[in-house]
This record gives sequence, C-alpha cells and structure tokens, in this order.
Amino acid sequence: MAQVLNGVEKSTWKTKVGLAQMLKGGVIMDVVTVDQAKVAEEAGAVAVMALERVPADIRKQGGVARMSAPELVSRIKESVSIPVMAKARIGHIVEAQILEALGIDYIDESEVLTPADDQFHIDKHLFKIPFVCGCRNLGEALRRIGEGAAMIRTKGEAGTGNVVEAVRHQRAVQGDIRRIQAMPREELMTVAKELGAPYDLVLLIHETGKLPVVNFAAGGVATPADAALMMQLGSEGVFVGSGIFKSGDPAKRAKAIVQAVTHYNNPKLLAEISKDLGEPMVGIEISQIPQDQVLSQRGW
Amino acid sequence: MHTNNSERQPRIGVLALQGAFIEHVRALQDLGVEAIQVRLPEDLAGLDGLIIPGGESTTIGKLMTNWDLIEPVKDMAAEGKAIWGTCAGMILLAKDIGGLNQPLLGLMDIKVKRNAFGSQLDSFEADLSVPAFEKELSGQGDSDDKPFHAVFIRAPLIEALGPQAEEIARIPGEEKTQSNFSQDEQRQTIVVAARQNNLLATAFHPELTPDRRFHQLFLKMAGRQR
Repeated sequence: MAQVLNGVEKSTWKTKVGLAQMLKGGVIMDVVTVDQAKVAEEAGAVAVMALERVPADIRKQGGVARMSAPELVSRIKESVSIPVMAKARIGHIVEAQILEALGIDYIDESEVLTPADDQFHIDKHLFKIPFVCGCRNLGEALRRIGEGAAMIRTKGEAGTGNVVEAVRHQRAVQGDIRRIQAMPREELMTVAKELGAPYDLVLLIHETGKLPVVNFAAGGVATPADAALMMQLGSEGVFVGSGIFKSGDPAKRAKAIVQAVTHYNNPKLLAEISKDLGEPMVGIEISQIPQDQVLSQRGW
Repeated sequence: MHTNNSERQPRIGVLALQGAFIEHVRALQDLGVEAIQVRLPEDLAGLDGLIIPGGESTTIGKLMTNWDLIEPVKDMAAEGKAIWGTCAGMILLAKDIGGLNQPLLGLMDIKVKRNAFGSQLDSFEADLSVPAFEKELSGQGDSDDKPFHAVFIRAPLIEALGPQAEEIARIPGEEKTQSNFSQDEQRQTIVVAARQNNLLATAFHPELTPDRRFHQLFLKMAGRQR
C-alpha cells in the first residue's frame, strides 16, 4: 500500500460523505458467502454488505441477530475489489469498534440486527469509519446524521420482498423535506421539536432542500421495477437484501437491478431489463407480520 | 480563454451510469456550461468532451460494456475530443491496471493501481501544487498558484507514465514496492494526475470541492480540440 507522508487529513467528514457520493446510482447487495460476494461484484454491485444471514432468514429463524463473524467479513473483504460494509447492532459500540478494526469501508448500524441498546445509538462521530443508518422519516434521519451518520437509508421492511414500507418511508422523508423548504423560517424551531430533530439540520434542509448526506432506499426491494420506483421517488441508490439471493436466478436478477437503477427513468429499457429473470423471492404481506417482529420499529 | 471571438461554450457530457455524476454536472453549471448526462451511445452526439466521474470502476465499466459505450467513447478520443476521468474514471482511461480483470477504455499511457492507499479508513484530503494552472489558466482563476485542495476516496494512484503521458500533480508520499527494490527505487512522491493530449486523469475528486480550476482546465482542453 502507498503511504501518504505529510500534510494530509485522513477519515474526514468529507471523505466519509464522499464515499457514499461515489456509491450513488448503484446497488449495494447483501451477501453471506464469498461466492455470493463475487456474484454481486460480477453483476455490477457498487458494494457488498457482509452478513451471516440475509434478513429473510433472520425473520424466519428468529433468535438474536448479531454482527457477522469477523473471519467471514475478512474473507469477503479479501475476495472483492468493491467496498465492503457490515452491520453492527443498534447501540453496540464494541461491535462497531471491531468492524472498524477489520478495516472495512462502511458500518450499517442496523435495525435488521437485534438492538443492543433500547435507548441510544452509537456516537458515530467518534469513529474513523463512516456509518449508514436507517430511518422511517425525516426526524429519524436527522437524529442519525446528528449522531454522525454519513449516509442514510430508508428502512423499508427488510426480508419481506414487499416494497410498500420502503415507499412509505422514502415518501415521508421527501415530503417533510419539501414541507420544511416551503416554510417560513419562524416555524422551523417548532418543526424541529415535532420531528425530534436538531434545529441546525432542520435549518440546513430549509436552505438547501436536501439532506446533507446521501440517501439510499432499503427494505423490500425485490425486482428491477421496485429499484427503479425507489429511484423515481428520490432515492440516490438502492440496498437489496434478500431480494437477490432468495430469488430463482440471483446472478441475472442482480445484474438486472443494477441496470434498472441506471435507467430508472427509461420505461422501454426497464421493460427489456425486467424480462426472463426467473422467480422473484416470495413476498410477505406487512399486516401478516406480528407487531413485535416489525424490524423498522427498532431505532430511537 | 482570452479569445474575443464569441465562440459557443463547449458541449460537455458527463457519463451518468453510476457514481458522482451530478456533482460534475453542477460544477460545469457553476462555470456556465450546460452538461449532458450520458447513459446511451446516442447521448454522445455533438459533444466536445466527456467526463467519466468517480464511482465504482467495475460497475461503470460493466455498464459501459452492457450499453455499448466503450467503442463510441474510444472513437471520441480518436477524434481528438477531450475526455477526463476522475478516480474511477481514471482507472477506466488507463491502459494498464496491473492485470485486474475488468472492462477498460485503455486510452491513456499510464499504469494505475486501484485502491492504492487502502480501505476507506485511508481516504484523505491533501493540498496539491498544480503548475499547469499558472501556465494555462492565467487570469481565469482567483489565484492560479494557490494549492488545489483534493479529496481522495479509496483512491487509485499512477504507478508509471509512458512516454506519451505527462504528469500534472503529485503528492508527498511513498509507494512501498517489492522488497527486491532498493531504497533508491522507492518513490518519494506519488503521481496523482496526468494528461495525454486530449485526455486528463485525476485520482481525486475536483467535483467534491468548490475550486473549479480542474474543470476550467478541462474546458480549455475541450475548447481547443474543436
């Protein structure tokens, strides 16, 4: 590795947010093995999320879902040239420290794993490694950014193959951004109070009309059309979890979702891209999920 | 450009398959240049230059192959149109990336090493001195000799330049070569930007900082080629 000698600042906020900017227009794929990581890279994924179980299996098998084993994360890191992410439990400072020590590229402080802290998230400013966090609405997004998240993803409902929650959350975020942008300034403090969001970030939204970090969609994307839908709703890229490796032909579907995110505004190409992909993953109706198993409720 | 003949601004495309293309579009808009987002070969028609943005080079290369953009962009370069690759774009422009198996344009006589500094934890910001600004942009920038603040994200570097390519910027640093190299053969500086006629490559991201001198330099290259 090349070493930079002097006059250099490492792991700055700009580089943390900047990596997410480089991932835009791309697909980040959940993988549980080295082989899957290679399939994802070959399909054109911009990054992989190294996991022990995809959300659909976490949902099915139950129990406590934790950070992946370090050796699995390291093997996957060694097998691909694209960035590697891994999940830490909400509030699990030490899982995050371990993942940082492994030298991966991004940590997802994720509601898909069983929370380690039922009140507080990790102080992400303390870390050199950047974090992505989930949100259901703008208040949650701004709380996470306030804690130091350098990238946001809407939560959706992971492991369902049902895009409705992802749509709900992305519309909530975008709708609140538009609302705040149009408000007179004197109303912003009350909005900050209602959203439970830092005032300075609400002010920033009012002035710029956008989040200060990149915003992806996650949770329930199963088809190229789902991915393109999330892009049309304002997502800047897409996480796909169970939707690829729980489908009939993962390599083909992965590639098609990558193509769909590039050409999300071109229905003719989307029609071509969506052909002959085999069986999608089996979806779950959200109302059929017991209340205590709704993952998107995790996070404070 | 000091010329008084009121030429139209060059038409610049930004490859918009994946990555930080909007940032380049906005940077060009800052300079009063309309940018065209390029996703398909027909979007290249009438362009004077093309920017290949940062992103994932494997993803962008695969998408370029898939949508038949490799040959048309090579043709553009052969016609003398200006092409600039930033980070991932630089990797795509290089002739040699050390044998890694991924689609490339292979236009520039440079050897590039991917992820040369390590993982995201080794991403950094540094000031560069770029002599070309003073020579070629005189009167355009606010101060052409001040350092250029550059953002490097999982960045590549230029290991070697062939006779056709010229170095544009380097940073203090050393590239640890194989142990059979003597100390003298280890570099004490690292080349991070290069140019070859109508082609420009930067290992860093001028689209992420407000300094527009690299975009001005590129517009000048694109203007000259017409």
